[in-house]
Amino acid sequence: MRSNKILNVALVGNPNTGKSSLFNQLTGLNQKVSNYPGVTVDKKQGICKLGDSVKANILDLPGTYSINPNTIDESIVLETLINKDSKDYPDVVIVVADVVNLKRNLLLFSQIKDLEIPTILAINMEDQLERKGISIDIELLKKELNSDIFLISARKNKGIDALKKAILNPKNTNKTALADFSNRMDATFFKEVKTTFKNHSLYKVWLMITQLNDLSSLTEKEQKDIEKFREDNTKLSKLQHKETVLRYQQINNILKKTYSVDQSKATTLRAKIDRVVTHKIFGYVIFASLLLLMFQSVFAWSEAPMNWIDSIFAKLADFTRNQLPEGKLTDLLVDGIIAGISGVIIFIPQIVILFLFVAVLEETGYMSRAVFLMDKIMRRFGMSGKSIIPLVSGVACAIPAIMSARNIGNKKERLITILVTPFTTCSARLPVYAILIALVIPKKGYGMFNLQGLTLLGLYTLGFVAALTSGYILHKTLKTKAKSYFVIELPDYKIPSVKNIAMTVLEKTKAFVIGAGKIILAISIVIWFLQTNGGNKFKNAKEIVKNEVNTSLSETEINAKIASYQSEHSYLGTLGKIIEPVVAPLGYDWKMGIGLLTSFAAREVFVGTMATIYSVEDDGEENIPLQERMSKEINRNTGEKAYTLATGSSLLIFYAFAMQCMGTLAIVKRETNSWKWPIYQLVGMSVLAYVAAFITFIILK
Amino acid sequence: METTVADLSIGEKGKIKEVCFNDIPLKLLEMGCMPGKEVELVQIAPLNDPMYIIVNGSHLAIRREIAELIKIETTAPKNLCEVIKS
Repeated sequence: MRSNKILNVALVGNPNTGKSSLFNQLTGLNQKVSNYPGVTVDKKQGICKLGDSVKANILDLPGTYSINPNTIDESIVLETLINKDSKDYPDVVIVVADVVNLKRNLLLFSQIKDLEIPTILAINMEDQLERKGISIDIELLKKELNSDIFLISARKNKGIDALKKAILNPKNTNKTALADFSNRMDATFFKEVKTTFKNHSLYKVWLMITQLNDLSSLTEKEQKDIEKFREDNTKLSKLQHKETVLRYQQINNILKKTYSVDQSKATTLRAKIDRVVTHKIFGYVIFASLLLLMFQSVFAWSEAPMNWIDSIFAKLADFTRNQLPEGKLTDLLVDGIIAGISGVIIFIPQIVILFLFVAVLEETGYMSRAVFLMDKIMRRFGMSGKSIIPLVSGVACAIPAIMSARNIGNKKERLITILVTPFTTCSARLPVYAILIALVIPKKGYGMFNLQGLTLLGLYTLGFVAALTSGYILHKTLKTKAKSYFVIELPDYKIPSVKNIAMTVLEKTKAFVIGAGKIILAISIVIWFLQTNGGNKFKNAKEIVKNEVNTSLSETEINAKIASYQSEHSYLGTLGKIIEPVVAPLGYDWKMGIGLLTSFAAREVFVGTMATIYSVEDDGEENIPLQERMSKEINRNTGEKAYTLATGSSLLIFYAFAMQCMGTLAIVKRETNSWKWPIYQLVGMSVLAYVAAFITFIILK
Repeated sequence: METTVADLSIGEKGKIKEVCFNDIPLKLLEMGCMPGKEVELVQIAPLNDPMYIIVNGSHLAIRREIAELIKIETTAPKNLCEVIKS
């Protein structure tokens, strides 16, 4: 009989120890990302086959330096390891450490060991041993730490099999605590704790007292007792410091016997590189060049695949229309669904390139240097150097960007970062910008610059300037005082692992396409329905138009008139005309108004909406590109072309500032835990967008 | 006035004397920034803040306000490199 035993295994470790590499090595493509209940921390899980009948459910916990959490991400580690009843409670914990920073990694190991969960120590980057002149006496270390220890190289797939075997027999894995520091910390205090909580291990109770926010898993009496011990805050913090010092003393004593570094081989290469990379002048030159390279590649490399995707979908639409019988269902498929999906798929190339760049910058370790360089400057705008990561990755998508703001320990800096990140030009604005720029900005060149490219660059700059300016205003107006804990590690430079980067890009792109795709698809279908249905005037369009126009017109001309009459009197047209007075001052007609309105779900919906609106009107004609259709479009109020320099620019400015993304609003709500901030964001940014678009239109008209 | 990490110049080293318990985030201590350890200032960011230090094998960036709380005694002479060169 094959029993299907599943073991829960948790990976814990400092950031930059290669924990993700090990996770990828163990699980391959069998991984999924979900959310922890209540918070938006990514929960990475994967299945690993250990033997014929045993599988392990590997949980990749967020990187942390200790079990005492400073950020939301880190508190997940504590909560997972402390609650025995949780379904994620591990049967085995693997602490991933790296050979170079073993001492610091052992601090976390010693804390976890004291929780009395079976714990294995995996010392990663075995391949660095020789180069760094490090030697470790593993056998002695095993004895001293009373644990299973494995030297591995996750990137080179070394030592992984032995590790898997050890997971298989968790019972054999030692689970006694390393040491009891309580007497040396404060004997009377801990004696009292011990007598109050007889049924819990002392270290666990200590963590509950000092760290745990959510005490709901405890009985009412226990909660009261915990509160009692919490009264003297200064004392607790002193004890925590003392505990850390004692732990390090123990670790130092152990490492003295088991770990040595040949100082002649210990290079200071990292510090040497850093003197250049973080230099007052070169540092900024390097940072600016990298950003420039990133934007350049996003546009240069994505053009060909985007054109290719565009033509594929045009062919698919033609093919579908020709193969299927004429009718409403075919219309829905071609004008609603295919048009909608192509609106998302088309900018996969740009998103992939952006995510790729951000992933490479993070993986190599460069991103921390940028944080270091930018911290003081960003502080003037109410943010921290760490805000660079959200602001740069906001260029791909504001949703993961806002989530990455979690690493900012200071509450005020984090809030401001979250509030201003949506101003950065995300990839969803790109398709809108691309089509509008092509329509209204002349294709002129000045030397090596071309006007269309400059406009795009200008819009990106505008986004950053808007983010910084509003950051400055918020910095001056928000009254919250928060203590700042800015400590970041500048990790060793690494050649990025192709596998890790591929996984990150794949996972983020997938999440984005599915998330945005669902909204766009739904909206496309709704728009199509509203536009192909209507009241009496819509139903009797044929008769009304035929009675009105003179009969000398050709049949195609009459058909075109019917189509546009129908479109105007459909439900969508009626709705459009209701909002038209609002958008008319900005120079838009009702169709553009509808595009704007649907864009509040997600910006990229604009292109899909316009595609649906115009292709329904052009019913019967073959599929001509959207851009051509738009350039022919006439504004029914002015009788002039709908897309001129003035209206187009006004639209561009509107999209640059407006908060048009339900996904972002939902994330902001979750991350700030209130509706107040997303509502401020929505109202503030949209009012700004309206005013700025109005001024733009007036000036250019 | 006592010497703190904030007083070091680039390339200079010092030994940590004491760390004020209440002002220093626990995290810094956990990164190995504790009494008796040697600390080296590698780089100061433009505009004089933050500061890049190596302590206990960790390469860390901290803000000046925190660096001012870490009291040290200087170990190496200030311009060692220049002394050797000359």
